[in-house]
Amino acid sequence: MAEATANGLGQHAPHATHAEQAAATAVAHPEVHQEHPIKLYLVVWAWLFILSTCSYLVDYFGIHGYLRWSLILIFMMLKAGLIVAVFMHMAWERLAMMYAIILPPILVLVFVTMMVFEADYTLLTRIAHFGPGP
Amino acid sequence: MTETTVTHTGQPDRPKGWRGITADWASDQRAFKNVSWGKAMMWIFLLSDTFIFGCFLLSYMTARMSTRVPWPNPSEVFALRIGGSDIPLILIAIMTFVLISSSGTMAMAVNFGYRHDRRKTAILMLLTAALGATFVGMQAFEWTKLITEGVRPWGNPWGAAQFGSCFFMITGFHGTHVTIGVIFLIIVARKVWRGDFDTGRPGFFTSRKGRYENVEIMGLYWHFVDLVWVFIFAFFYLW
Repeated sequence: MAEATANGLGQHAPHATHAEQAAATAVAHPEVHQEHPIKLYLVVWAWLFILSTCSYLVDYFGIHGYLRWSLILIFMMLKAGLIVAVFMHMAWERLAMMYAIILPPILVLVFVTMMVFEADYTLLTRIAHFGPGP
Repeated sequence: MTETTVTHTGQPDRPKGWRGITADWASDQRAFKNVSWGKAMMWIFLLSDTFIFGCFLLSYMTARMSTRVPWPNPSEVFALRIGGSDIPLILIAIMTFVLISSSGTMAMAVNFGYRHDRRKTAILMLLTAALGATFVGMQAFEWTKLITEGVRPWGNPWGAAQFGSCFFMITGFHGTHVTIGVIFLIIVARKVWRGDFDTGRPGFFTSRKGRYENVEIMGLYWHFVDLVWVFIFAFFYLW
């Protein structure tokens, strides 16, 4: 239960030691959590439906080129953001938690950049040695 | 409960912003102040899983960019013939909506769990599991359709040979995650239904008392599965 004490609702003793706080809150309020109105989840749900429909329509109407790719990426990031922020409650966590979880996946973009160069180089050598495709 | 109860500040005297980050990460203390170990460990597991799926999508990108042979058009490959006309990607779109709906019911299950509404929580979790099972079923249908059309990990009738291996690897791994999630959803729903988190009944594996937070931790995993699908949908099916 000690884990749950850091923000035991309403019973903070700012200068008490951690152990004292743990003892106090473990008895009075063993669980710490957030409660949001159900409406919030329904609104996010509706938005996820709208965004999914939009990204499907991109394919349905056969939009091509940079417009297609940017639309896909925008809808994807909006959906991912809504899921992580609201459904997974990341929006209400402390910054230390947000950065620890969200920053590392963003750094994968460095890897992506490296592999883009690598793939271009591979394609170049393949074309040089085997010709421009069947 | 009409207002959102915000509990993000932790202890009231903890600093916010960048000062908060350095203060939280300073030595000899817990870094995640108001997050229990169970939730923190689930987040870190999900982070590692992000890297796994990230590497799959990366290798798919590399394969697709470096092949001389044209990539099969997913819009045509995944089209279904309904009422005499081909509708592009329709099955994938339905699968997306099913998974999003399951995420919505899961979020509400977490909410009712914290209100100690056992009945609603268990029903919503079982509904989530049912939607997840539907998703896996549709994926099995899709796999069967593609295999009968001649898609193999080493080749396919329409273009670049790597299409099959990427498809089976990425969707297969994701489907495995969904399946495992469905199994655990049923296990946790049973515990909620029986009132294990109210009576403090020890778990059969760890012998530890569970809390309603377990529902939220389960929810984190489930939302992650939905999150991965958002990326697969964008990069594999729509790109």
